[in-house]
Amino acid sequence: MKSIRVLIVDDSAVIRKIVGRCLRHAGIDLQGVMQASNGMEGLAVIRKGAVDLILSDIKMPAMDGLEFLQGYRTLENAKNTPVVMITCEGSESRVVEALPAGARGYIRKPFTPDQVKERIAPLLEGLR
Amino acid sequence: MNPALTQGAQRRFKPDGSWTTLLETATREVFEIMLGTEVAIVPRPVEGPSGNVMAVVGLAGQLCGVCSMRFTLEGAGRIAKKMLGTDQIASETEVKDAVGEICNMVAGNFKAKISNLAEGCLLSAPTVITGSDFSCHPLTDGESFEICANFEDQRVWVILELSG
Repeated sequence: MKSIRVLIVDDSAVIRKIVGRCLRHAGIDLQGVMQASNGMEGLAVIRKGAVDLILSDIKMPAMDGLEFLQGYRTLENAKNTPVVMITCEGSESRVVEALPAGARGYIRKPFTPDQVKERIAPLLEGLR
Repeated sequence: MNPALTQGAQRRFKPDGSWTTLLETATREVFEIMLGTEVAIVPRPVEGPSGNVMAVVGLAGQLCGVCSMRFTLEGAGRIAKKMLGTDQIASETEVKDAVGEICNMVAGNFKAKISNLAEGCLLSAPTVITGSDFSCHPLTDGESFEICANFEDQRVWVILELSG
């Protein structure tokens, strides 16, 4: 599997750190882990350089995960990048909104490293 | 208007006797999964909720009210260190971020355990209050559920206060 660049978008720095740790635990060869605290910052990171995988929270200030999804699809260097949503809601209704908008799956908080691995592994297969 | 809020105005969920157990389970699971630590639910101390750090998440829709957690400063600091996976002392910002996320996850995990509720209840972003002399008085008029847990010899309170 090639070495990948991952973007983690979450307003919680603690969650960003935990997700990054989960990716390393999953044995993913990480070329870089970029971080953004809301959708707007996430789009700015992508404009600077393409990433291979995006994990994004749904509920964030300034620009939430659903708005971020709409925005990133318009970026030429990101429109085919898989996005996995992270949600704290017991509800799947917002995730259901996210899937037609381009999300490839979701992870519900609280999550174990194995759950993160399980969700992203099929997506990484496509990056081989 | 969000469908969850519209439905909430039409039909509120009625709490039942199992909710205290569900709140305990939701709390235990969040600590086990996110911190790799078991917490023990302890009998409610007579003096009631205390602690200098409080995280609050609002609930709206078919379940309306407030889910809050109170921690000692020491307990909140240890939670942040565990979540960050470090032995270094967490910054104040990291501590607030960590306990806010824990409260958010406990509230989300709790509502996910109630059949058919998840779609009809929304959570607010967490708010964290710190200080040494404050009380929280949600203006709710319904039932409340309160549990006290022991996390590394530090008390952690979880309180769910509902509107009728």
